[in-house]
Amino acid sequence: MSTATQVPAPPTAPPPPRRPVRGRGRLARRQALAAWGFMLPSLVILAVFVVYPMTQALYLSFTEYNVLQPARWIGLDNYQRLVSDPAFHNALVNTFYYAAVTTPLSVGLALGLAVLLNRRLPLRGFLRTSVFLPVVLSLAIVAIAWNFLLDPNIGLLSYWLSKVGIVSEQGWLRDPSLAMPAVILVGIWKNVGFYMVMYLAGLQSIPRELHEAASIDGAGPWRRFRRITWPLLANQTMLITILAAIATLQAFDHIYVMTRGGPFFRTETVVMMIYRVGFTEFGFGYASAMSWVLVLLIFGLSMAQVGYFRKRTVTY
Amino acid sequence: MAATAAPAPPVGRGPGVVRAWRALTVVCVLAIAGVMLLPLVWMVATSFKPEADIVKFPPSLLPERLTFEHYLDVWDRIPFARLYLNTIVFAGGVTLISLLLDSMTAYALARLEFPGRNLVFVAILVMLMLPFQVTLIPLYDLLVSLGWTNTMQGLIVPRATNAFGIFFLRQFLLSLPRDLEEAARIDGASEFRIYRRIIMPLAAPALLTLGLFHFMYNWNDLLWPLIINQDQARQTLPAGLALFMGQHVVEFGILMAASVLALIPVVLFFLVIQRRFVEGIATTGIRG
Repeated sequence: MSTATQVPAPPTAPPPPRRPVRGRGRLARRQALAAWGFMLPSLVILAVFVVYPMTQALYLSFTEYNVLQPARWIGLDNYQRLVSDPAFHNALVNTFYYAAVTTPLSVGLALGLAVLLNRRLPLRGFLRTSVFLPVVLSLAIVAIAWNFLLDPNIGLLSYWLSKVGIVSEQGWLRDPSLAMPAVILVGIWKNVGFYMVMYLAGLQSIPRELHEAASIDGAGPWRRFRRITWPLLANQTMLITILAAIATLQAFDHIYVMTRGGPFFRTETVVMMIYRVGFTEFGFGYASAMSWVLVLLIFGLSMAQVGYFRKRTVTY
Repeated sequence: MAATAAPAPPVGRGPGVVRAWRALTVVCVLAIAGVMLLPLVWMVATSFKPEADIVKFPPSLLPERLTFEHYLDVWDRIPFARLYLNTIVFAGGVTLISLLLDSMTAYALARLEFPGRNLVFVAILVMLMLPFQVTLIPLYDLLVSLGWTNTMQGLIVPRATNAFGIFFLRQFLLSLPRDLEEAARIDGASEFRIYRRIIMPLAAPALLTLGLFHFMYNWNDLLWPLIINQDQARQTLPAGLALFMGQHVVEFGILMAASVLALIPVVLFFLVIQRRFVEGIATTGIRG
């Protein structure tokens, strides 16, 4: 899927010899006209509901705007405020905390599960479906169930955990040091199956003869994994890690349902803060400036992804 | 999916070792599946428990007494039928309109020659990389000035086409052989006829996969309906239930019954077309 290097397909057949040159020009014009006709509805919608809001977000980030009064130009004030705002620092730290724990754990677990599922295994289809099922479900709705499972009074999971000595008197979601691990747990649970499926596709492209030859030479399972599977999955690991990191930077649904950013803003990520400042306090200008910080973070990761597609090196 | 690795039990051991190894793997598999399914099993089990049993201590996973009252009560207590209908109209509407508009644009980008084609494609790629959250505030502002907040068109129209869908279908259409439509074109068929009669039937598998992505993504989405609708009766299921949980902390049974009913359509879709779904993800690496 090397998107960036796609060149226009060359004309396949030479033009029929009898057709006059003038006719080809007319055909080309007709085709161009048809093309723009096909694209018109999409382009209008994208222009009005994506491109215009995007530029408007940039403009608003230089203004003070609360819907009631017209936007007032204040230059770089919003960005200066971001630099010194402890609440925003807190949101950045929480976002990186969430991303830095969730990403490697999700990717690692996904790899382990994929390797497991790539073997002959009893109940393999059942296991694959169980791991993948959370991916298709509404995170907001399953987070309601997680909420109750972790409830200090009626929660089954917090009861079971208290049996093995992990007790939280206030409840996980109200405990400042346990709330973030709880939303991280749910974030991993939701997405691990997605990355597992991508890893499975990678594993199935590794030629079976490599493993067979190594087995005959006496290499054990761990050694075969270290020397064959892991290096040949380098591309897949890179791609999955970038996708996982982008997804964690945008985490919102389960945090909204489980903690609303609390307790004491300990789970308020950047997207949560944009929601709070933008849609509960109507600080549209300031929230727009925050959203551009998010754009820069994610765009950086996306460029890394494009760079990766440009020079994927492992061939076999 | 073919198993590639060597057989699991260590070779050259007695049958007892093989059986023990097999039992151990089964236990591991069940443990992992149990962890993944726990919230869902608990959700379904709780939806059938009487309210008194739900708040009982110590909590238990499986119900001792069964009741169906939550599944009957839910239709009056939350405007649940309304939420359900909203979600069907929203997710279904976006899916159908978006498949039409995405495929038309993808057709132009993949099968037609015209100046500016690369420019349009690059613009689509850039939109693909930008997080949609950045557009939320101006979009809300725009919908307010159009008077479209708390309306169905306000929810649907901004989603009626989508950079990911265009990209996904374009990649698929590029893989079809080129001489397919040349004959029809020389015979004077209009581009719309070629799109409708030749290309779209061949693109059916890709359209089905993309349709699933669109449907799942919009059925599940929280942030977009949450922001565009303030009126709870106009919400979709995820936002409506999240708000309901915030307001009524005690009615667990009803909330769980509502959650189960809200998840069922996507689970059914998924179980029926699991294979296509999984392949779509494996090849693109992008959620809908």
